[in-house]
Amino acid sequence: MLTCKDFLSELSDYLDEAIDAGLRSKLERHITECPNCWVIADTTRKTIQIYKGMEPYPIPPDVESRLMKALEKKMAAKQK
Amino acid sequence: MAVSSLAGIDESAVVAQAREGDTTAFGELVRRYEGKIFRLAQHVTQNREDAEDVLQETFMKAYEHLDQFKGDSKFYTWIVRIAVNQALMKLRRRKTDKSVSLDETIDTGEDMVLREIAAWGEDPEQQFSREELGGVLDTAIQSLEPLYRSVFVLRDIEELSTEETAEALGLSVPAVKSRLLRARLQLREKLTRFFKRKGDDAFAYM
Repeated sequence: MLTCKDFLSELSDYLDEAIDAGLRSKLERHITECPNCWVIADTTRKTIQIYKGMEPYPIPPDVESRLMKALEKKMAAKQK
Repeated sequence: MAVSSLAGIDESAVVAQAREGDTTAFGELVRRYEGKIFRLAQHVTQNREDAEDVLQETFMKAYEHLDQFKGDSKFYTWIVRIAVNQALMKLRRRKTDKSVSLDETIDTGEDMVLREIAAWGEDPEQQFSREELGGVLDTAIQSLEPLYRSVFVLRDIEELSTEETAEALGLSVPAVKSRLLRARLQLREKLTRFFKRKGDDAFAYM
């Protein structure tokens, strides 16, 4: 019988779908019987999804222009 | 740098041109990844000035050492590795930040943080504006220890594989996995305070 601790130690691999079918079905049985672990699995999955959906902020124009200037200088020096 | 007409061209072709010394091609690679590298640098250093330095140093080093890029990994993975090294160096140099220890031993799993066990509503992020949501997510990440933060950023934001993350951070695969689990659980805990279903409390399911 799987304990909550066992379940949590496999949680990342479970959410990443990086476990074999046998272990997967044991974990899935555990969450049908354990509401706490179900909530933790569900909210952890949502946590990951929200972060994955974050778009990078557009790079600020002043930061980009300093980057491009620095690179142009470097390229010019290399080509001499 | 000239305006690129290379947008949309396959990356390996652009990298090959850049390696031949084509500065326009290198400029295209910069444009493709500067936003992600800047975000990564901000997440790891938690400091805008350092992040800008890391951004510049990353592409300078990439340009300088482009002949060492063998093409056996993706170009993006290669520059991420450079960026992470630069960013971790900044953290180490910032001596005032005493919380930074990159080879600390971390207890793996006995005391996982699980105080808030409450279900979230559907699409919890819809309750917030884009800016508010960004603020909530950034604050939660900032509160993680640097190594947890770096592992989470590389795995779950930049979407590197476990192996690529291990390589970039100089950690073993099991160390990446245990830190990732801890980081995810800590973030889940922090976000639960914002996203839990109205009326639920921490003990609703106990």
